[in-house]
Amino acid sequence: MHDIVIKIIESRRPSLEVLKRLKKHRLAMIGAAIILALVFSAVLAPFIAPNDPIEQNLPYRLLTPNTEYPLGTDNLGRCVLSRLIHGASVSLQIGIMVVGITAIIGVSLGLIAGYQGGLIDEMIMRSVDILLAFPGIILALVIAGILGPSLYNVMLALAVVGWTSYARVVRGSVLSVKEKEFVEGARALGVSDLRIMFRHVLPNVMAPVIVMATLGMAHVILAAAALSFLGLGAQPPAPEWGSMLNAGRAFMRTAPHLTVFPGLAIMVTVLAFNFLGDGLRDALDPRLREKVLER
Amino acid sequence: MEILKLIDLKVRFSTEYGIVRAADTVNLEIGKNETLGLIGETGCGKTVLGLSILRLLPENTTVEGKILYQGVDLLTLGEDEMRQIRGKEIATIFQNPLTSMNPALTIGTQISEPFVLHQGFKKKDAMQKVIEMLKQVRMPSPSERVKSYPHELSGGMRQRAMIAMGLACTPPLIIADEPTKGLDVTIQAQVVELIKELTTKSGTSMLLITHDLGVAAELCDNIAVMYSGEIVEYANIKEFFKNPGHPYTQGFLDSLPSRGLKPMNGMSPSLIDLPEGCKFYPRCPSAMDICKSNRPEMVEIAKRHLVRCFLYV
Repeated sequence: MHDIVIKIIESRRPSLEVLKRLKKHRLAMIGAAIILALVFSAVLAPFIAPNDPIEQNLPYRLLTPNTEYPLGTDNLGRCVLSRLIHGASVSLQIGIMVVGITAIIGVSLGLIAGYQGGLIDEMIMRSVDILLAFPGIILALVIAGILGPSLYNVMLALAVVGWTSYARVVRGSVLSVKEKEFVEGARALGVSDLRIMFRHVLPNVMAPVIVMATLGMAHVILAAAALSFLGLGAQPPAPEWGSMLNAGRAFMRTAPHLTVFPGLAIMVTVLAFNFLGDGLRDALDPRLREKVLER
Repeated sequence: MEILKLIDLKVRFSTEYGIVRAADTVNLEIGKNETLGLIGETGCGKTVLGLSILRLLPENTTVEGKILYQGVDLLTLGEDEMRQIRGKEIATIFQNPLTSMNPALTIGTQISEPFVLHQGFKKKDAMQKVIEMLKQVRMPSPSERVKSYPHELSGGMRQRAMIAMGLACTPPLIIADEPTKGLDVTIQAQVVELIKELTTKSGTSMLLITHDLGVAAELCDNIAVMYSGEIVEYANIKEFFKNPGHPYTQGFLDSLPSRGLKPMNGMSPSLIDLPEGCKFYPRCPSAMDICKSNRPEMVEIAKRHLVRCFLYV
């Protein structure tokens, strides 16, 4: 009897319940599977890529897919599949780095703004407003352009633009959470403001952040590919999906596989993250839908 | 020496509708091992008085007077020093354990906060202390319950957890704000028993804020009755029930179901727009002319039995 009660109680655990609801979400599970495969191939790229992604092999340029080069070769005779596999690791790294940095900065600033209020709140939220007044990708373009083309500058540019939405959403949630009685309870225990913010309030505002971070991965990967396509990101000969697209552009008519496959890779990855993000949002809290869409 | 002494405590909020006088010249003291019951109707300023002692009121509040805790005036302390008082010297048991516990943290994490903050325990050792604490408040299967979230516990278990959190650092003084509110009568009795047992064992003093006279009768040594921000009567618990002095107290006792459920006339006045003389004057069955414009002082009608009423002057 006791065991049954415990089991019933445990099944009501919020994290488990979310997982259960997520498992029922078919698109989210497809997304998760694709992401898992991507992570797998990114980590094991040196072992599973059939050829060297950078080594040029000029006699074999612009080959259509065949047994040795499953997705053909590019204009310098490099294996497209190998470059795509190695490119996955580049894209995922950019995504994780940028989302990680923007989420940490945005969540912290949003927490501080919401909890402290007053002048600090005004200062943080007005800078958010200013940054949001520019179209994100153009601002990132300008920043990356000024700093010079490199993968790190692209990450930096995307981070500068990206933290604002986290700050906004978190601040909004904090405003309602900080009025709750348990915050007063924590103060009555002698907990300091900083500890209340990060230990007591933060866990209560994480649900929308998790969703935003997942959807943010898709956004960042796409934006990084776009900047690389424009020549500001990864520099040759590094295998990056956006720059592969750009390089293949000149051969679109004679060798469409140079643009089709990197394009597909980007599309599938972005879709996978979006599916998972949508599923997470529905699983975490159906009411979140409006909140995340408002940003 | 008394553990807590309030001298001429005045608490005011400035709001856009005017100044709310939530506590007006309150003088009270609580001795060692003493439980003082603060009773009164909803909105009379009981909870605010409790919060003002810990200085947890919002920023639009002005607190005047003195709050002497073991001889130290809490109103003169800095925020850091105050934080050392909260939870360690003076702990609180809040009225609604569901909303006063963090839904996103396990109760183990929450109860361990005072151990980590005030006694420098490592997280792991603190958990061990939490389990001991939960055993003391007779929480069933404590080592599993530390991993539970508040919503997974029943009301009684939650209140036990709250009590464990309040008593964690064996504070000399506890402010319990309606600790039995929202609990079944049977659970109420258990919680009251528990509080009584634990405070007696550890020699803790308590300020019990309640409007439940049954709970007060069970737990308190002395009773202070609050009406519209003022203490109108102070007496020993036996004297209080045997010989209530203030017309308000008499009305309060008469409104109990066991004494005929006679409601009092009128409503308690708004704390913004208080009557000029005695604040109970508009509702008082034995009002006199003098009550209209003069504020009565506390009069000692028996040994350590004080009443704020002109009937005894």
